[in-house]
Amino acid sequence: MSLPPVTVDLIAGAIKAVLMILIGLNLAIFLLYFERKGSALIQDRIGSNRATITGIGKRLGMPNLGIINTLIADPVKLFTKEDFVPDGADKFLHTLAPFLALFPVMITFVIIPFGDTISIAGHKFDLQATNLNAGALYLLATLGLGVYGVALAGWASNNRWALLGGIRATAQMISYELAMGLAIVSVIMTFGTLNLQEIVRGQGGVWFGFLPRWGIFTQPLAFIIFLVAGVAESKRVPFDLPESESELILGYFTEYSGGKQAVFMLTDLAEQALVAMLLTTFFLGGWQVPWLMRDGFHLPGGAFLAVPAIAVSLLGIVAFLVKVLALCIFLGMVRWTLPRFRYDQLMRLGWKGLVPLGLFNLLVTAFVVVATGSVQ
Amino acid sequence: MPPFLYLFLGALAIVSALGVVIQRNPIHSLLALISTLMIIAILFIGEDAVVVGFLQIIVYAGAIMVLFLFVIWLLNLQAESGPTGHIVLKIFGSLAASALAAELFVFLGAPHFKVKMYREPPGYGSLESLAGKLFTDYLVAFEVTSVLLLAAVVGAVALARRIPDAAGEGSSDPRAASAIRAAESSPRVQG
Repeated sequence: MSLPPVTVDLIAGAIKAVLMILIGLNLAIFLLYFERKGSALIQDRIGSNRATITGIGKRLGMPNLGIINTLIADPVKLFTKEDFVPDGADKFLHTLAPFLALFPVMITFVIIPFGDTISIAGHKFDLQATNLNAGALYLLATLGLGVYGVALAGWASNNRWALLGGIRATAQMISYELAMGLAIVSVIMTFGTLNLQEIVRGQGGVWFGFLPRWGIFTQPLAFIIFLVAGVAESKRVPFDLPESESELILGYFTEYSGGKQAVFMLTDLAEQALVAMLLTTFFLGGWQVPWLMRDGFHLPGGAFLAVPAIAVSLLGIVAFLVKVLALCIFLGMVRWTLPRFRYDQLMRLGWKGLVPLGLFNLLVTAFVVVATGSVQ
Repeated sequence: MPPFLYLFLGALAIVSALGVVIQRNPIHSLLALISTLMIIAILFIGEDAVVVGFLQIIVYAGAIMVLFLFVIWLLNLQAESGPTGHIVLKIFGSLAASALAAELFVFLGAPHFKVKMYREPPGYGSLESLAGKLFTDYLVAFEVTSVLLLAAVVGAVALARRIPDAAGEGSSDPRAASAIRAAESSPRVQG
């Protein structure tokens, strides 16, 4: 292979971007499966166990795990349904809105670092689709664009419940974006960089010989703020007021059916996966494996276990995926455990709880950073 | 940024800017405005002014346009169905537009007007250089602006404050108090 390095980088970048988006969407599908079967587990039900292909699993005596339900039956049902646009609706915006909602989430996946630099056949690859120096700014920019899809979906449907849902979603997302931004700024100040890959690198090493230098230990308050704001951003229970079924039918996507509704569902789930990835990147050390350095494990107590370089890189990817999956399951459990907030409670929590807390955290962080002189 | 990409994005920006004016539906105009802002942000980023580009998306496309959306909803603006505007307005508008076009044509076509290419060193638009300037050379202006914004925030809070006594005593504006009373006595529609 004698391709010029620029071409190799271009091809590798494209592959990594597609890979990252696929990981995100697959996590969304996993969350959908968790929505079906995990919720059943939590609520002591059986859950989806009907869909099967020619009943082959039953004949072999296997329990129906509902996988076909999630992977085949649901999508086929949704995408073969009639695509209904209500009378008097803005047809163009009604069609555009779901994709406008999904697009910012999809393009945010590309800045998540999922592994350390890896060298294959003389080429060095950053295991991150795009290594932006202003990565955190990019993140804030794309998060800010997520509002339009839901807002316009609510408006374009020509339905009052949908409009109410859209307005609620917009107000909620803007409110919690602020708290989320404050949490991100605290993290940026702690690590002194906007580059997400560098933030993960900054979380390598240990304190006192055993405690990994993860963001959750340096910024515990920011972790909680980001977690709460992240769940609110993804509009999931307990923050699902934009679609609260008992009040607004289905909120901003009341008038959506078939494929377009599936895109909205996918957006919510992909957003949840994104929140899990961001939490991992900022607070759980990203691809860092505890006590694993470039040459091997430095276990607490002085024990050392040598690991080859390529295995270190692969372990990093596995660690990233494990952390993200664990957080996804945690977020799914939150969704099936807590009841829905009231709207005034939601706003009070956002503006009177999280934002002042975020500002306080920012102030403390600034003092500590200046006092310890940890920024050049 | 390669020239063809620059020209392509520039043309796209002009088309969406035209969309802002030509669209009859205010929401469609708003979408066109968002896309114009986004394209200009991409142009900024392509020219290494990364921070300015992202701030344009965060502040304008992400926040101020949402405000526009709310204002459009609040005013309940509908799509224009027919010709609007007084004939006098149209005449003066056309005159002003052609005067501007003539002015641009004359000055840009003048022989002393040369297009200069500036090549800034790489990284001049990075956060480090921007923050360095902002917190050294322009610190006073920056801080004064933040005080101005704080005053605006306090003003907004004072305006949005609920008048504590709905009966009207202790309220500076009896009309507002009566409006609140009327709103509170009417049966609340459950969302």
